[in-house]
Amino acid sequence: MNRRHLIALLIGGSAAGGAIGLARAAAPGEIQIMASKFEFTPDTVKVKRGEPVTLVLTSIDRIHGFKMPDFGIRIDVMPDEERRVTLTPDKAGSFVFFCDVFCGDGHEEMSGTLVVEG
Amino acid sequence: MQNTDRRDFLKLAGLAGVTFTAGLFPGLEVSAQMAPDFHFVQISDTHWGYKGPANPDAEHTLEKAIVTVNGLAKKPDFIVFTGDLTHTTEDGAERRARMKRFKEIVSALNVKDVRFMPGEHDASLDKGAAFKEFFGATHYTFDHKGVHFIALDNVSDPGARLGDEQLAWLAADLKQRRPDDRIVVLTHRPLFDLVPSWDWTTADGAKAIDLLMPYRNVVVFYGHIHQEHHHMTGHIAHHAAKSLIFPQATPGTQPRRPPPPPFDASLAPLGTRDVSVSSTVTMTELPVTRT
Ligand SMILES: [Cu+2]
Repeated sequence: MNRRHLIALLIGGSAAGGAIGLARAAAPGEIQIMASKFEFTPDTVKVKRGEPVTLVLTSIDRIHGFKMPDFGIRIDVMPDEERRVTLTPDKAGSFVFFCDVFCGDGHEEMSGTLVVEG
Repeated sequence: MQNTDRRDFLKLAGLAGVTFTAGLFPGLEVSAQMAPDFHFVQISDTHWGYKGPANPDAEHTLEKAIVTVNGLAKKPDFIVFTGDLTHTTEDGAERRARMKRFKEIVSALNVKDVRFMPGEHDASLDKGAAFKEFFGATHYTFDHKGVHFIALDNVSDPGARLGDEQLAWLAADLKQRRPDDRIVVLTHRPLFDLVPSWDWTTADGAKAIDLLMPYRNVVVFYGHIHQEHHHMTGHIAHHAAKSLIFPQATPGTQPRRPPPPPFDASLAPLGTRDVSVSSTVTMTELPVTRT
């Protein structure tokens, strides 16, 4: 996981002011996830139960998908465009997300895990 | 989602007027007393062009299956390929080369009525363009001895959607059926939510199932998951076929879909399927060995 974004997430809410000055995606409670053939970066995202979090998704090559069935989330991930999806995890555990737009020979391995702590 | 286990399935299937036989060896007369009206063979997920450790015999498995099918005691009326004829490649020229070679190989089938359907490996990177050049339409219907067949395309859209246009086409086709008509649906991906977290679904498959629900005699044959699997949505039975390339893990056994499990010949994980159709549907799995 990108340390900068993790810090931004951790201080989000209680000390939101600390996030000011960080690079573009690092608003409080936001986590940037980059899609590329055939991975998500980061591919493990840690969040806290009961705390709202916004995933900021963008692609560096082609259209991908982002689907997380356990939270009913799915959006297209577009190149050169940030798309946001906000959730407040109401259950702890590990939840799979994956690309659901067929993108090539490694498509089937393009997945990651949302870890909800607490 | 729970897998329907075989005993439960048989119970359900009995109610639906659908039975199946499995685990028999080719050549066994299984349905002599059932007097099938006709039978066809389903071949799925050949993935021509795949190279990798999951099947070191990939260049020969399809040919072996053709020998098996050609050797059936009773010639099938027709053969249907339910998608992933070729393994994906981002190179359009290579995709066409694979389709061309695939077509040459399957021309050795001694049954000449052969129907093709795309899988996401064939069609999702170019919205079915190359597939159409070689095999024609990606969704269509045909009738055979009083049974209505509907081939649905849930792969040309890379997001695994049938799409509103195709759903409207399906609705219009079904309007012409009587409630007790025998309807066989052929498709690549599961129409129902088999394992959403493994992407073993069709995004708008539930809409197709809703449209089919008023019809009492509907059976779905599909591929994609590379294993025999049987599931009921209400009275509609869904039967997944084995592949001719490598098996996939048992649905839902791990949070993330794992890579293909080690090859275990004793499980006969590769094969094709003979389907007898009369007042019931009887399946006979036809294993293919690999060296
Ligand atoms: Cu992708």
